[in-house]
Amino acid sequence: MHLDSKIPSGPLAEKWDKHRFELKLVNPANKRKFNIIVVGTGLAGGSAAASLGELGYYVKNFCIQDSPRRAHSIAAQGGINAAKNYQNDGDSIRRLFYDTIKGGDFRSREANVYRLAQVSNHIIDHCVAQGIPFAREYGGLLANRSFGGAQVSRTFYARGQTGQQLLLGAYSSLMRQVAAGQVSMFPRREMLDIVVINGQARGIVVRNLVTGEIESHGADAVVLCTGGYANVFYLSTNAMASNVSANFRAYKKGAFFANPCYTQIHPTCIPVHGTSQSKLTLMSESLRNDGRVWVPKTPGDKRPPNQIPESERDYYLEEKYPSFGNLVPRDVASRNAKAQCDMGKGVGETGFAVYLDFADAIKRDGKEVIEQKYGNLFQMYEKITASNPYETPMMIYPASHYVMGGLWVDYNLMSTLDGLFVMGEANFSDHGANRLGASALMQGLADGYFVIPYTIGGYLSGTSRPEITTDHPAFTEAIRYATERTQKLLSINGKRTVDDIHRELGHILWEYCGMSRNDEGLLKARTMIRELREEFWENAVVPGSSQDFNQSLERAGRVADFLEFAELLVMDAFERKESCGGHFNEAYQTEEQEAMRDDENFCHVAAWEHKGDDTDPELHKEPLVFENVELTQRSYK
Amino acid sequence: MTKNINVTLKVWRQKGPHVKGGFETYPATDISTDMSFLEMIDCVNEQLTLDGKEPIAFDHDCREGICGMCGAVINGRCHGQEKGTTLCQLHMRHFSNGDTIVIEPWRATAFPMVKDLVVDRSAFDQIILAGGYISVNTGGAPDANSIPIAQEIAELAMDAAACIGCGACVAACPNASAMLFTSAKISQLALLPQGKPEATSRALAMVNKMDELCFGNCSNERECEAECPKEISISNIARLNREFVKAGLVSVVK
Repeated sequence: MHLDSKIPSGPLAEKWDKHRFELKLVNPANKRKFNIIVVGTGLAGGSAAASLGELGYYVKNFCIQDSPRRAHSIAAQGGINAAKNYQNDGDSIRRLFYDTIKGGDFRSREANVYRLAQVSNHIIDHCVAQGIPFAREYGGLLANRSFGGAQVSRTFYARGQTGQQLLLGAYSSLMRQVAAGQVSMFPRREMLDIVVINGQARGIVVRNLVTGEIESHGADAVVLCTGGYANVFYLSTNAMASNVSANFRAYKKGAFFANPCYTQIHPTCIPVHGTSQSKLTLMSESLRNDGRVWVPKTPGDKRPPNQIPESERDYYLEEKYPSFGNLVPRDVASRNAKAQCDMGKGVGETGFAVYLDFADAIKRDGKEVIEQKYGNLFQMYEKITASNPYETPMMIYPASHYVMGGLWVDYNLMSTLDGLFVMGEANFSDHGANRLGASALMQGLADGYFVIPYTIGGYLSGTSRPEITTDHPAFTEAIRYATERTQKLLSINGKRTVDDIHRELGHILWEYCGMSRNDEGLLKARTMIRELREEFWENAVVPGSSQDFNQSLERAGRVADFLEFAELLVMDAFERKESCGGHFNEAYQTEEQEAMRDDENFCHVAAWEHKGDDTDPELHKEPLVFENVELTQRSYK
Repeated sequence: MTKNINVTLKVWRQKGPHVKGGFETYPATDISTDMSFLEMIDCVNEQLTLDGKEPIAFDHDCREGICGMCGAVINGRCHGQEKGTTLCQLHMRHFSNGDTIVIEPWRATAFPMVKDLVVDRSAFDQIILAGGYISVNTGGAPDANSIPIAQEIAELAMDAAACIGCGACVAACPNASAMLFTSAKISQLALLPQGKPEATSRALAMVNKMDELCFGNCSNERECEAECPKEISISNIARLNREFVKAGLVSVVK
């Protein structure tokens, strides 16, 4: 199968405009004839459901939480990028485009990234109009700060709660459409399958998490905004319910999965303690604007940080990357932290931590200024660790945080399955092999507010679809499959809890497919994952019934999917014989231990096609063509 | 310093909205004081599962204090005794070896029981959909810097906007009033120039909806402010009252 990305012809800066003109329109009176299902209510799903409702489509919107306001986008802290150039520091659409392409280690599509940079400015305008209280300067204009991988200040923020404020903005627009009767909300629903009729996505099957009832919902198109799969590592900064299940169901129904091995390990998280930890907490990258990263120069130096004199500290990021310093991109900062700890220079009880020190910033700007910028983050850190970061440097260590991989989509954000659109973190499209800070919020909202409203119209008016009802055999079959799987999970009756198995899966992936990878380890991991999957289906214990509010059953279904998906992730990592961004294969590195790409053989998107449960998936390649940027070795020196 | 403690839990168990509930006692043994409260419940649930019993149902998601999904009354205090803290951010270092901990769900007529510690807070969504938004469609907004907003006003709006919608204010209030929640949204939008055109209709609609949903009235008990994990101030309630009175006096919308 040929993967057609449907990138419009013509000069880069004119592609989106041209494409919007060429897309067929649906006239206002006809929009109300179309039903659209949106799964997920995060920044992508919430903004899409609201915008499609405003246009006049009828939207059914689903989420697993008790309210659409709780999607995990809410936890994003630092900010959202836009090419406004309000700071007069040399920013432009072209520069945001270039930084994002370079930050992604030249593994994303030029056309998609350029469009993202173009619409970034509209996002800020719209969010301000919604009443989002962004930080402001004394004169009343919007404030900006810097994030990793950029030398301009283009990040807009609302204290350390930018994701919360943007999500609540999208949620309020969504609620307005619910009140207007354009959107119907279905909270506490988990998607169990996609229904495909005549090769087109025509509906979904969901489980009502309160009653246990399996429900069918039909539509003219389905939009998945179901987030990323970082929880495959068990410990991650994702919310507890974040999962791969909806994406994986779609993959099994014909949507290709792209670049699953591109996982992002975020450099500034609170280090792991103990063995019963359930999740990790991120400390925003924005802290690297003022915090300085260091470790003791001598391995094994166990003195408290304030007793280590300046001359015996190694500010390794500032030293190694003088032009970006502490604000190098995430993959670079993470790998360097790991390297320092592997040399025995790590600090804290476990030796798997580095310092993030604000002493100089407090001396320079005063405690008050630092408190205003990061107060809630410092408070959160103190709550978790019982240590005061105004007095003692923070300890941080990398943790699984975000995934660049996801379902393959074309320029219209449609997957290889007709009528199935995928947006936000759930797709693979804009961040290449590494995402820059403050770009996830930008992408989610770009997809939902400014891309899908145009492209879905083109699909709906350009294709013919038979009339269907949920009595169609394809729905009956999907319900049968979902019910059987649920019963199978409840009848395993083994001796290990689902969480315990999930934790082991996480250990395998972190060890062999985490911050650095090698062929031998990946092969070993694949075997271990298969064995663990077998054990799950023989020895897991899932209490309770299917006709009830049953959180153990919810988790079991998600972990079962993670156990299958993990193998795909490892296979993809094995096939990519190069290092790029978040994927670091030890065999491919420069003399300075930086990731070494192989543009001749791997300048492509790896898209995996499901071929059946007992057959290996088939790898398809979409070549990446660069006409506007020169592929270089990424340098942040 | 990290250490391990043993505590006894008295947990409210209730199979569903129409079934009688009651307290059950469970030991939580060998709990690291570095664990969060929810991780402690995870441990108890793991043991219940292995013993062939049904684990305790409780809502939770982000576990970093921002999604508003978690919440329970711990020894009579919403989200536990620590000020400005959600339940997921409460750590076991604040408890001592041998403690007995009583855990109950939010109790309010407007929050019907789902199961154990889980309640239905969809009434909050209903209040927002009555008018907790600015009516602006995607696409037509002017440049973001075209309307300057004084920094202190933006900060006040942000203080109110920090609400996570967890429901602790309702559970803490002897009248089960949703005034703090409602006033936080009304304040945020009334403070900003973008929210002014609809300020009147918004205040009337949201307050009326709150009454309709069987939330109680505010009688200045201040329990909500004391228990709010985001420390939302009751000055927002004063602002709501001003907006509401103003709306009643001048509104053409009744």
